[in-house]
Amino acid sequence: MTVSAAWYLTLAAAMFSIGAIGLLVRRNVLVMFMCVELMLNAANLTFVTFARELNDVGGQAVVFFVLVVAAAEVVVGLGIIVAIYRRRLGATADDIHVLKG
Amino acid sequence: MHLFLASATLPDTITFAIAAAICIVGSLGVVVSTHPVHSALMLVMTLFGVAVLFVEENAQFLAAVQVIVYAGAIVVLFLFVIMLLGVDRAESIAADPLRGQRLTALLLGLLVLAEVVLLGRGRWPTGAHSTAGALNQGTKPNVNVLGTSIFTTFLLPFEITSALLVIAIVGAVVLARRPRRPVGGASSPIPSAKGLTGPPEAEGDDTDRGPLQMGVEDLEDSDGLEAGRPGVPATHGQEGSKS
Repeated sequence: MTVSAAWYLTLAAAMFSIGAIGLLVRRNVLVMFMCVELMLNAANLTFVTFARELNDVGGQAVVFFVLVVAAAEVVVGLGIIVAIYRRRLGATADDIHVLKG
Repeated sequence: MHLFLASATLPDTITFAIAAAICIVGSLGVVVSTHPVHSALMLVMTLFGVAVLFVEENAQFLAAVQVIVYAGAIVVLFLFVIMLLGVDRAESIAADPLRGQRLTALLLGLLVLAEVVLLGRGRWPTGAHSTAGALNQGTKPNVNVLGTSIFTTFLLPFEITSALLVIAIVGAVVLARRPRRPVGGASSPIPSAKGLTGPPEAEGDDTDRGPLQMGVEDLEDSDGLEAGRPGVPATHGQEGSKS
């Protein structure tokens, strides 16, 4: 019997908050992307915790799909970042705030 | 508070403490590292900590997938992009470009943390049962239970997932393609606009050559390969000036 679910949920909340703060503070687009991955992982941890606590396999199945969607999201997002970097040499989110080519 | 006082054996508690510390330190490292490569490596550390927590919660398959897909594929993709774009230099995060942004972000983050922790420590089970099935089915291992669930209950989302992956691959190829060489000819207005500037140069070059070569050149112009036009007249012009 591992530690109780509340510890896991608290840890997941802390990770989610750190990822959200990083997304708000950092300006490098790649680091912002990594912060999104952190938030996704915190949500995954919550899903697995509830799957164990409620004895329901649905939580783990959802985590499986979240992993697939995260992989697809990273592929498309990094493609967009590469396309942006190819057009201009801006390294931060401030350089692409106009959203026009 | 009764949730915090559940019985836990000592090895499990120690494992959770170490993995949680790794997760927190790694998350903070992702945010405060000035170097993008360091951020990516800290992200790997966090993902391994989460995988340990998955094992601790009897989600062995997800732990393996976490290590293989996240740490093995996604972070490597991040590192590829960092190296490819040449942004692997330290970024100065000492300056605060927007006044008060960090303080506001910190306050908002702490607000989110307090809210989620309060929700997590409340009474969340409503007594409802989903139709996905039980997680602990006697001595059946976790992989069997999860695989059976995915291929029966979640079969349609699983199939949609394959379509999503194909769409993502096609989208990545389209995005990463070099815009100077479109495959389909006049698919976008920019190459056709460039192609309009091409023919005067080509005519100037063609005066040096015979009428037969002019005919071939016009035939090549007439089909849908005008995408390469901005480069072609320049090379012909150089050849013409040499000869």
